[in-house]
Formats: sequence, structure tokens, C-alpha cells
Amino acid sequence: MVSFFQNLVNALQWGSFYALIALGYSMVYGILMLFNFAHGDIFMVGAYIGFFVATGLLALTVSGSIALPGWLVLLLTIIIAMALNSIVGMLVERIGYRPLRDAPRASAAITGLMIGIILETGNLALLGAQRLSFPPLIATETYNIAGVNVTNKKIMIVGVALFLMLVLHLFITKTKWGMAMRAMAYDFAIIPLMGVPINLIAALTFGLGSALAAAAGILYGVAYPILDPYMGILIGWKAFVAAILGGRGSILGAAFAGFLLGFIEIFTATIFPSTFRDLIAYSIILIILTFRPHGLFGEAYSARLRL
Amino acid sequence: MLSVKNLQVSYGKITALHGITFNIQKGEIVCIIGANGAGKTTTLRAISQLVKADAGSEIIYDGKNLVDYPADKIVSELGISHVPEGRHIFGNLTVQENLTLSAFARKDRDAVAKDMEWVFSIFPRLKERQWQKAETLSGGEQQMLAVGRAFISGRNIMLLDEPSMGLAPLLMMDMFAALKKINEEGTTILLVEQNARLALKFAQRGYVLESGQIVLEGPSADLLANPDVKKAYLGG
Ligand SMILES: Nc1ncnc2c1ncn2[C@@H]1O[C@H](COP(=O)(O)OP(=O)(O)OP(=O)(O)O)[C@@H](O)[C@H]1O
Ligand SMILES: [Mg+2]
Repeated sequence: MVSFFQNLVNALQWGSFYALIALGYSMVYGILMLFNFAHGDIFMVGAYIGFFVATGLLALTVSGSIALPGWLVLLLTIIIAMALNSIVGMLVERIGYRPLRDAPRASAAITGLMIGIILETGNLALLGAQRLSFPPLIATETYNIAGVNVTNKKIMIVGVALFLMLVLHLFITKTKWGMAMRAMAYDFAIIPLMGVPINLIAALTFGLGSALAAAAGILYGVAYPILDPYMGILIGWKAFVAAILGGRGSILGAAFAGFLLGFIEIFTATIFPSTFRDLIAYSIILIILTFRPHGLFGEAYSARLRL
Repeated sequence: MLSVKNLQVSYGKITALHGITFNIQKGEIVCIIGANGAGKTTTLRAISQLVKADAGSEIIYDGKNLVDYPADKIVSELGISHVPEGRHIFGNLTVQENLTLSAFARKDRDAVAKDMEWVFSIFPRLKERQWQKAETLSGGEQQMLAVGRAFISGRNIMLLDEPSMGLAPLLMMDMFAALKKINEEGTTILLVEQNARLALKFAQRGYVLESGQIVLEGPSADLLANPDVKKAYLGG
């Protein structure tokens, strides 16, 4: 029982990463009918931006110009990196995808893969092959709750992830921009007839997804402080699987499936040897998708039309 | 006020409009009638910039060439709204959200609130269903919502694409009575219809569109009395 709860804590942490990244895939798909295959690498860029922001803020603290506690540096890092990475996402949309809006979807998918490779190799060219280590902003404290070890970092990671999802939910349900996003997901073609610029909403969608990916990148850096240019590939694909599992375009589905993926992975690893983990975890997901091809929260038939 | 000259639109190799010319004066109700595939929807889509006109086409509104505007600015800056064929309401949003969204670019909050009240006053059914998901509305109610939404999004000209489609006769009367009120509020109306009798009774002037060309034009009374129109569009 104790080990169950121990695994649950770990599953929640991994689920947080997957869910935050999956949301970006799902929003972009829901609104622009596009799988943004560069999204895993946008997560990577977010982690690197976080690294530089945190390092910069720490340098200021050391030089004595300002004295900030570690948690505050972390908080500022998350906020600043989210803002900067949203610009990265909007640039990717503007340069990579907007010219292809009416092109066959396969062209956009291929472009996404190429943008991903450019981000990876661009990083490699700029920063060299050595790995960076994310600065330890907060000291690890371990609490023992009824035999289950929980660290302050894990609580923080899950807490920040859930908080951001709540904010996203409020944004999408309560603001006029969120309303426009939902409307655009339903009927892309006539959005301009409402006086809403399609390009604005497209940029906003990419910006939001990339901001969440940056948050995921920093939280990941807090838990696993080694950054390398290819760190976004595997986790990006897994989050993509979560987005599909949740149901393409479903926000709730992406969040839920992100956590579900964390659970399936962690609990598979408790039963099978760790080298079998992904093989078995993803076979399970394949089986789920065989029975629910539209994902857990996806619509069986999408009435959406692009004219 | 709106002057369309030599409007030509092609979809790939198919030319849907072969250079049509027409104009609308401020405050008028003008209709374009024509059979399936005549190019009525294409005409409205070209005005709204949902489809690009071929080179050489001119769509001038108040001295501005609409071709230079992105589609959303046609609505938000020039006040030319468009009720699309088949309604296209946002079914996943509530009735109120559909109306709120149509005010997306408007900054005059008080006037928006007033316009919304006015829409509810001419379509009381929408008020009753204000918080319902729009996909649960009946076809007629969806058409009311589509018209209400257009009224809020832009008031100078309203382009209407077959508002009578799928409406029972009684509801249709209500709908056209509401459109009349909208026109009396100062909105110029360009109506496109397959139901020629209805359209010509409602409009002051009309154009007859056949295979992408305007073949007849004139005051509604003249068109209603025209033997060719009678034969082709009014059932003899
Ligand atoms: N997206 C498109 N791609 C190719 N051809 C099109 C497209 N839209 C319309 N057309 C063609 O253009 C012509 C005019 O179509 P349009 O929809 O404007 O006619 P309409 O008068 O509105 O007809 P209806 O009364 O059936 O609505 C038709 O021949 C149609 O097949
Ligand atoms: Mg039509």
C-alpha cells in the first residue's frame, strides 16, 4: 500500500509534464487542425530559456544587486520563460505554419518535423554539445507522510501544473479570447465574420501552448536538472500520444490523459523490468485506442469543416 | 454606397462569376435571385473577402476598395456583416456567447449592451434560450441567432444568404418582419435568395443571376411582372 502511494506521487509528477505539453498539442489541433510536431522541441527551448533566465537572476543575486530567495527566482523564471517561449511559439506559427494554412495537412506536419530539427540543431550549434545543468533553485526537503516519501519539489511541480491548468480553463471559458478559440475550434471558416482576426487567435493558441510547454520545461529541469538539445523528442512524442489518447482537440482530455499516461508508465514499471516499461505502457495505450479510436474525450464524428 | 464592378471569381479552373456589376444605395433593400449554383453565395463571399476576387474586379464601399481589407476588418471596421448560408452558428457556445463573440472587436460596451437588448426584443425566443448551447436550438432559432449575431457585429450593411432556408411559413414571416425592422434601424440589406417571390416582395430592387452573370435587373415590381422571371423563378 505504501509503495502504491509512493508510485502515485511519481505518477502525478510525470503526469504533470505530459499534461502540460499535451495541452499545447491539443489546443493547436483543435483550433487549427494541425499537429504541431515541433512542440516537443518548443518544450526543450522553454527549458533552455528557463535555464538562462534562472542563471541570470542568480547572477544578479550573487553580484549583490538584488537578493532574491530561491523560490522567488523560480517563480520569476517560470513567468518570464513562459512569456518568452510564447513568443517562440508565435514565431513558429508565423514563419512555419501560417504560409501553409491552406496547404495539405501533410505539408504542415512535415514542416513541423523540420522546425523541430532546426530548433535542436540550432541549439547544438549555438551552445555546443555539452549538457547544461539546471541550477538548483530550491533545496530538496523530504517529508515522510505515513511511510510515503514526498519531496517539496514534487508537491510544487504538481501544484504549479494544476494551477496553470486551472488558469487555462478559466481563460478559455471566461474570456472573449477563449470564447473565440472555442468558436474557431467549432467552425473555422466563419470566424472573420464575427470581426475576429483568425491570425490573432492562431498566434494566441500557439503562444498559450508554448507558455505551458516552457512551464513544463522548467518543472522538468527542477526534477531532472540535465538539459540537452534532444530532451524534447521522447517526452514530446509521449505527450503527443497523451493528446491523441485524450481525444484530439479536447483540452480536458489532454490534461486527463497526460496524468493517465504518467500512471500507466509508473505502474507498468512496478510490475515489469524497467527496460519493458515503455513497450508495455504504449501497448496498453494502443489497445485503448483500438477500442476508442477518437480518444477518451474525442468526438466520434467531427462536424468541423474548413472551407 | 456599395458598388460592385466587373466582379469575377474563380475556384481553380471553374469561373463562378463572370464579371458582374451591381450597386446598392444607403438604406435600400436589394435582392439577388438565382437558381442553385448561379453564384449567389460566391457574390456575398467575395464582398466579405472570404474568397478572393480575380484581378480586375472592383468592390467599392464608401470609396474604399474592399479587396484591400482582411475579412475581419470588413466587419469590424466597415460594418459590413454577413449571415452565411446554412447559419453556421457556434453550437458549442451558448446563445449569449455567440452574441458576445460577435462584438469581439467592438469597444463601445454600452452600445453593445443596447444592441443585444434590441436583438432580444426582436427575437424574444433567443432571450428565453440565452444560456442554452446554440446547437440545441431549432433551425429557425439558429437563423435568428445568426441574424442577431450579424446585427451586433456590423450595422452598415447586412449580407443575407438565404435566410428563408428551412423555415416554416409562419416563422419565415416573422423572420422577414425582423429583417424589415433591422432595415428601419438604418441597416442596408443585400439579400440573396432562391425563393424569388419572397425576396422580390421584400426588396425594393432586384438582380437576376444566371450561371455567374446578371441577366436582368430592375425594381421588384417590374421583375415580378416580367414574363421571363415569372416563368423561370415564380412557377409560371
Ligand atoms: N469552394 C468551391 N470550389 C469549387 N467550386 C465552387 C466552390 N464554391 C462554389 N463553387 C461553384 O461555383 C458556382 C456558384 O456557387 P454558389 O455557391 O455561389 O451558388 P449559389 O447561387 O449560392 O447556389 P445555391 O443556391 O445552391 O446556394 C457553382 O457552380 C459551384 O459549384
Ligand atoms: Mg448559395
